[in-house]
Amino acid sequence: MARASAKPASAKKTAAAGKKPGPQKAARGRPSSSRYTEEELLGYYRDMLMIRRFEEKAGQLYGMGLIGGFCHLYIGQEAVITGVMKAAEKQDSTITSYRDHGHMLACGMDPKGVMAELTGREGGYSKGKGGSMHMFSTEANFYGGHGIVGGQVPLGTGLAFAHRYKKDNGVCYCYFGDGAVNQGQIYESFNMASLWKLPIIYIIENNKYGMGTSIERASATTELYSRGAAHGIPGKQVNGMNILDVRDAAMDAAGHARSGKGPIILEMKTYRYRGHSMSDPAKYRSKEEVQKVRSESDPIDLVKQMLLDNGFSEDRLKEIDKEVKAVVSEAATFAQDSPEPHPSELFTDVLIEA
Amino acid sequence: MPIQVLMPALSPTMTDGKLSKWLKSEGDAVAAGDAIAEIETDKATMEIEAVDDGVMGRILVAEGTEGVAVNAPIALILEDGEDASALDGVAIAPAPAKTPSVAHEQAVTVDAEINAPSPAPMESVYDGPVKNMTVREALRDAMAEEMRRNDTVFLMGEEVGQYQGAYKVSQGLLDEFGDMRVVDTPITEYGFTGLGTGAAMAGLRPIVEFMTFNFAMQAIDHIINSAAKTLYMSGGAISCPIVFRGANGAASRVAAQHSQCFASWYAHCPGLKVVAPWSGEDAKGLLKAAIRDPNPVVVLENELLYGQSFDVPESDDFVIPIGKAKIERAGADVTIVAFSIMVGVALEAAEQLAAEGIEAEVINLRSIRPLDTETIVASVKKTNRLVTLEEGWPYAGIGSEIAAQMMENAFDYLDAPVNRVCGVDVPMPYAANLEALALPKTTHVVEAAKAVCYR
Ligand SMILES: Cc1ncc(C[n+]2csc(CCOP(=O)(O)OP(=O)(O)O)c2C)c(N)n1
Ligand SMILES: [Mg+2]
Repeated sequence: MARASAKPASAKKTAAAGKKPGPQKAARGRPSSSRYTEEELLGYYRDMLMIRRFEEKAGQLYGMGLIGGFCHLYIGQEAVITGVMKAAEKQDSTITSYRDHGHMLACGMDPKGVMAELTGREGGYSKGKGGSMHMFSTEANFYGGHGIVGGQVPLGTGLAFAHRYKKDNGVCYCYFGDGAVNQGQIYESFNMASLWKLPIIYIIENNKYGMGTSIERASATTELYSRGAAHGIPGKQVNGMNILDVRDAAMDAAGHARSGKGPIILEMKTYRYRGHSMSDPAKYRSKEEVQKVRSESDPIDLVKQMLLDNGFSEDRLKEIDKEVKAVVSEAATFAQDSPEPHPSELFTDVLIEA
Repeated sequence: MPIQVLMPALSPTMTDGKLSKWLKSEGDAVAAGDAIAEIETDKATMEIEAVDDGVMGRILVAEGTEGVAVNAPIALILEDGEDASALDGVAIAPAPAKTPSVAHEQAVTVDAEINAPSPAPMESVYDGPVKNMTVREALRDAMAEEMRRNDTVFLMGEEVGQYQGAYKVSQGLLDEFGDMRVVDTPITEYGFTGLGTGAAMAGLRPIVEFMTFNFAMQAIDHIINSAAKTLYMSGGAISCPIVFRGANGAASRVAAQHSQCFASWYAHCPGLKVVAPWSGEDAKGLLKAAIRDPNPVVVLENELLYGQSFDVPESDDFVIPIGKAKIERAGADVTIVAFSIMVGVALEAAEQLAAEGIEAEVINLRSIRPLDTETIVASVKKTNRLVTLEEGWPYAGIGSEIAAQMMENAFDYLDAPVNRVCGVDVPMPYAANLEALALPKTTHVVEAAKAVCYR
C-alpha cells in the first residue's frame, strides 16, 4: 500500500482544469489550484475500500465461527488511518489500540497475514498467538495492537523517545479513542512528550462512543483536541470523514513534530458503523443516527463522488473494486487454509533464549 | 451461482438465534455493506451486511423465525448479471465452516515441560581481582560499565540525574553520560514505565529505576501487560530488553505503604525474569546480566543493603548467569534457601546452628525466576531437610513455590516437611517493637532448622 508523498509532482495527473477545483490550501507537490490529483484520489479510494472490504470479510468469517473472541471493526473510520499515512515517511512508527486491522493494512502489512492472525493460524503475523488485538511488524514500523485502553499512549511516547534518541528524524503516530482520553496515563504521556519535545502526533479517533458510552456521558469536556492545553500541546479538530482534511492536517502535524517543536494532537471526528465488537446490544444509539452518517458522510462515497465529478470513468472504479475483492478473498482463503499453530508453539516466544 | 447468505454467530458461544427482520425484500438490489437483515440473541442484536453487490434472490428463512442455527443458509443473492432462473436447482446445504487442518495431533504434556527442573546455566568461577565496595557502588559500576559498552543503554527514573539518585545509586552517571542517557523523569510511574517499554520495543535498552518497588504498583500494568507479554503476543516479532530496578522489601520504620516484598508478584508472571541480589558481587553481576539480557528483567534491590560492603569482582566481564543460585555455605544437615537481605540472616543462623552441632547449607537464590530448582534439589538430596526464608508474606510466597517444587522433585528425599519462615501476614506496622515482630529473625530460622531436624 502506498506510504506517502515522496513522488515528484510530475508523476501525478492533476485534476483537469474547469473541473471542480479543491478549495483551500494546496498540499505538497500539487498545483495550488487543486487539493488532489485523480491518481491520488484513486489511491485513497483503493486503500479505504481495501480496509472496508477486509473488515466486512472479517465480520463474515466471525459469523461463520472462524474468528473468535473480540473483533473490533474499523468500518466508517477508514479515512483516518488512510489519510494520516499519506504524511508518513519510511522511518515513522505507528501504534494503536485493539481496533487495529485498518492501521495494519495502511502501514503496508500483508492482508493474508492479518486475516490469518484473526483466524488464529500459523500464517498470522503473531503465529496465531496474538489474535485480532495483537499484531506487530518491525518491517512496517507497526508496534501493535494493544488491548489495555490507553496503554499504547505511553508506549507510543516511548517510540517517539527512541526516534529522538536515535536521531532518525522519525515521528510516531499514536492513535487512541474518545473513551481512552480519560485514562490518566495519557496525561502522564502528554506531560513527558511536551517536556522533552518528543516527535509524536497523538491522534484521537473520536467515533463518539467508547463501547456503549457516548462521549457526552463520559467526558466533562468534549473538545478533545484541547486536552493537551494544560501541557502546552497544540491541538486541532479535523473532519475525520474527509480524507483530504485528514491528510492535510497530518502533513502539517508531521512537519510540526519532525521539526523539533514537540507533540501535537489531532482530534479526528469520525464514526463507527458497526458494534463495538461483534456482540453489541446496539441499544445506546438509534439506527437513524447510524444511517444518517452512512448516507451523508461516508468517507469512501465522498472520494468516489469526487472522482465521478471529475468525469472519471466508473469502469476504472469497478476495476479497483474487483482488484480489492480479489485481494480480500485471497486473504480469507489463506486465513482458512493456514494450519493452526503447532502445539509446541505453546511454549515458544515466552522468553528469548540468550 | 447465487451467493448463499448464512446465519452468522454473534459470539463464539452462540449456536442459534432469531431472525428478527428482513431489511431487503426479494428483488431488491443490494450493495456490499448494505444491511440486509437483523438477527437477535438474548445478548445482542446485529445487522447482517451483504458482502457482495447483487440482487436479493430468495429469502429462505421467514422473519420472526427463532432458533435459526448458526451457518444455516438464510437467503440467496443473485450476482450481477444473473437472473432468477439461476435460483432453480441451487442445492441448499449449510456450508460448514472449514475446520482448521489439524496438522499436529499429539497432545502436549504440559507438566513435563513446565515442572522439570531446567538445567541451570554454568557459572564461570571468578578468580580475578576484587575490590571492597558498597552494594550501592557495585550497582552504579554495573550500570556505568554497561552504558560504556552499549550506547543504547540508558537510565531513567525519578531523581536519577541531578540529585544523583534518591539513594545515591546513580552517583556520577549524569556527569559521565549526559542528560540524554540519564533521564530525570517527572513523578509519573505509570507513564514513564510505559515510555521505557515503548523505547525498548523500538530497540533501546532502558534501565527504569523505581525509587522503591512500592511505587511500581502504579506501573505494574506496563511491566506485565506490555513488557512481559509482547514477545509472546507478537509470535516473537517484538522483544523488550528492559530492566526494572529499585529498592524492594522492608525498609526501616516507614510503615505499610513503603515496606513490602514484591518477589512473588513478579515471579508469578511468565515473560519476566526476576533477580534479587544480596552481596556486592551479586549486585554487580546480576545487574550487568539483566542489562545484557534480551528480555524484561526485574531487579529487586534492598535499601538496607545499599550501604553494606563486600568484595566485588573488578572485571568488566564479570556477569552472573540469571537462573543460577549460589551455595554461600556448605553443610550436610539442613538446607536453608534465602534471597536478598535474608541471605545474611540465614548465614547468621547457620553460625548459631553450627555451635549446636547442626551444619546448615545456605543457598542464595540470586534468581527468583527462573528458579535454580536443580541446585535446591541437589542440596535436599544431601541434607533431606529444607527451610525457606523470605521477608515477604507467606501466602502464595516464594517459599510456597519452593515447597511445591520439592513435593514434585524431591519428595522421596525429604525427612521432614518443608518449613517456611516468612514475614508475618500483616501490613507492616510503624512502631519499632511491632515492626521487629513482623520480620523474620535469626532465631526464627534457627528454630525452624532445629524443627526439621527434630531437635
Ligand atoms: C483499561 C481497560 N479498561 C476497560 C477495557 C474494556 N474496553 C475495551 S474497549 C473499551 C472502550 C474504549 O473506547 P474508545 O477509547 O472510544 O475506543 P473505540 O473502541 O471507540 O475505538 C473498553 C471500556 C479495556 N480494554 N482496558
Ligand atoms: Mg470511541
